[in-house]
Amino acid sequence: MKKSVYSICGMCTVRCPIRVETENNRVTWIEGNQHLLGGALCAKGSAGPALVADKERPGQPLIRDGARGSGRWKKVSWETALDYIAEKLKKIKAEHGAESVVLSTRGGPWQDFFKSFIHAFGSPNYTNHDSTCGRNTHHASLSVYGVGRKDYAYDIKNAKHLILFGRNMFSSLRIAENLQTLDMLDNGGRLTYVDVRQTITGLKSTRFLQVRPGTDYALALSMIHEVIKQKTYDKDFLDRYVTGFDELCTFIEPYTPAWAAKECGVREQAIKNFVAEIKEEMPKVIFHPGWNLSRYKDSFYASRALHILNVLMGNIEQKGGLLIPKGPGDCGKKGIQAINIAKPDIKRADGVGWKYKHFDKGPGLAHLFFNAMETEDPYPIKAWIAMRHDPFSCMPDPKKQEQHFDKLDLLVSVDTHYSEFGWYSDVILPECTYLERDSPICVQKGPKPRLAVRRKAVDPETDTKPAWQIFKSLADRLDMKDFFPYATMEEYWKWQLEPTGYTIKDFDDKGFVSLADNPVLFDPLQLDGKFKTPSGKIELISKKLTDAGLPSLKEYISPIKPPRGMFRLVYGRTAVHSHGHTTNNPLLNELMPKNSLWINIKSAERLGIAHGDLVDVVAEDESYCGTIHANVVEYIHPEAVFTLHGFGKEIPLQTRSFHAGISDQKLMINKLDDWDPAGGGINLCEAFVVVRRSVKNPQRRIEL
Amino acid sequence: MNKYMIYLNGKRCIGCHGCEVHCKANKNLPVGPYLCEIDHSVMVKVKSVPKTEFSFRSCYHCEDPFCLAICPTGAIVKRADGIVYIDQEKCIGCMACAGSCPWTIPQLNPETKKAIKCDYCMDRVDAGLNPACVTKCTTHALKFVELRPL
Repeated sequence: MKKSVYSICGMCTVRCPIRVETENNRVTWIEGNQHLLGGALCAKGSAGPALVADKERPGQPLIRDGARGSGRWKKVSWETALDYIAEKLKKIKAEHGAESVVLSTRGGPWQDFFKSFIHAFGSPNYTNHDSTCGRNTHHASLSVYGVGRKDYAYDIKNAKHLILFGRNMFSSLRIAENLQTLDMLDNGGRLTYVDVRQTITGLKSTRFLQVRPGTDYALALSMIHEVIKQKTYDKDFLDRYVTGFDELCTFIEPYTPAWAAKECGVREQAIKNFVAEIKEEMPKVIFHPGWNLSRYKDSFYASRALHILNVLMGNIEQKGGLLIPKGPGDCGKKGIQAINIAKPDIKRADGVGWKYKHFDKGPGLAHLFFNAMETEDPYPIKAWIAMRHDPFSCMPDPKKQEQHFDKLDLLVSVDTHYSEFGWYSDVILPECTYLERDSPICVQKGPKPRLAVRRKAVDPETDTKPAWQIFKSLADRLDMKDFFPYATMEEYWKWQLEPTGYTIKDFDDKGFVSLADNPVLFDPLQLDGKFKTPSGKIELISKKLTDAGLPSLKEYISPIKPPRGMFRLVYGRTAVHSHGHTTNNPLLNELMPKNSLWINIKSAERLGIAHGDLVDVVAEDESYCGTIHANVVEYIHPEAVFTLHGFGKEIPLQTRSFHAGISDQKLMINKLDDWDPAGGGINLCEAFVVVRRSVKNPQRRIEL
Repeated sequence: MNKYMIYLNGKRCIGCHGCEVHCKANKNLPVGPYLCEIDHSVMVKVKSVPKTEFSFRSCYHCEDPFCLAICPTGAIVKRADGIVYIDQEKCIGCMACAGSCPWTIPQLNPETKKAIKCDYCMDRVDAGLNPACVTKCTTHALKFVELRPL
């Protein structure tokens, strides 16, 4: 039978709206939602059915039947697996307290559900992957505006100039945002792109500034300097909403374009020309504050500088600027309900909230649990449940992580595929794919807010289950019957929609419920109360940072040059993969089976490396070495080498991605402790590697 | 005369290779054949920004196709609207078509052991829709255009 259902994509965490056609429980067509994306979908989105059909995913629960990481598994029933976990958790709770259990997920709209589970269990220790992603950007936003990084939407379509610092948006692919950017360019808008290498995004730019790795902060400071010198700021906006401008003016004095030109390796005139341009274009100028800025020691401050540039443009709640996302209340509508069980009043083991008061208490910081595992301070950690989160892929130095996790009595991985952490864990609970499951209704805030829902397109053909059912079944075994008192997702949707007056049928026509016909805009002159800092103003000198003993305007320190013969390892992504999630997908693996090492043409020449040669990439202490092909290019800074994240996996059951390419995080030896005390992010681009032409390059033909 | 063509707006193309997978997913193709492909030229600096040109290629649906002439079973058909397609019932997988094509466009489907190539998704076109690659192009860079005599 033919069916069509609107849903939400799950190939990456952008979660684009989709429409799925099926016939006899087989997906025949997926396209981007015509009402929102005009049908547009990326390669990953179209490879969804290949994920469903992939036999190299766990098809039923697995319990470890050998040493951790040995890859020996016993196939068991759901009852056996859940009983096993519940028994272990009960024992751990009785002996060490509920707080010794950590649950980690990925970010996104369904976090409340998992947070509620661990809270109901009695632990405050919910965390996610964000300390290796957007935490620095998020905390930078909180320090300036008092609201998080997702509390602004970028009206790129109506902007005249978009500035991206390493934000490679045409490889990260948020389709709606990409369409806006291309529309802006079609309308004559400008794009300034800053990176250590040329990317697909940089190709579309009107100005490309290739900087020395780790000097983004210097460039941003010089832009602030020139903006202030040229009086390219909105004085009324500053007077009305902003504190600390005088301190900024004093601080910024030494950071001239001439100084930055030397520090970053760009032309002074390029910076000056840039500021002259935005003087004409403001306030329709957007400085993107970055996404995955867990990169350099000062990435948090680089992001703060970008936020400050937006403040100087006075672009908040202006067409072509930063818009405050509106929720149901702003449209005179009632919002949905969602389970949200309060956090137990126990100190978090990662120290967030008591030891580190300036960080967002929501997900805390995942990497700070390792210290608690070792020292048992404030208390021991005994179990880790990773829901779709792969600590071994996200965080540096998985071998070091193994040592920490070995202190734990229970490691559980819930995922649609084998993750590197899952392979090391004690139990794998296989989740069905996004095309085979329903998820709770979520609110998508924005100038035109919506309610959206992911709906099952096909039934799973393997013994896999949706996460909500897995956690409900576990909760039932742990006497947490109040955690999710709904037998089906339909029942939960009904309860979620109760206050709104809508029913799930209202999602049938378009896949979403629009809460506003036209964009809702606030009066830019009436923004009082919108900034949640201690003073209620935009704080260029953040009280929270000052209280934590941290500077708001940090002196610039030049990044160290790689030692002789070494390179700074920089990672990134491609449009055809969602990191390690998709490297084993048959269709996407076919497009790009492994990564390469980007190296500057001159550096390569010195090392006798030709384009296409095999090169060994060796960690600083030589404990990990991977061999891949060299991509010798002109447009990458000679201090850096670049590779795509998500490769070099070591899971034999994933035959396509097994040992294909190299893993950047495995090259980051001892970098688990290299994190930013101000921003909270791990500094993922502070590792140096040795590159040499590999002896594995064929020399002579010997074999028959 | 050919009625249709697929046009790529290089200014909007971001080389994401979505079209290639949209095509494969729609035709339910296994690993191996690609019926369309995106390519790009070597980067050169234009006004101090390194730039490249993207190109899209599927099948040219020739006015006088060599593949049609050489096919021993008459499996290759040119429709009145110019679309050249391979009748899977008649194809014996000899791949003479691929040899005769200046661009080696026809490919072997390793599962069915028959020749396949782009047919502009003619079932979709006949239903008033656009080919899969155009319908789902990530940035709306691909257009399915109707050619008209000047």
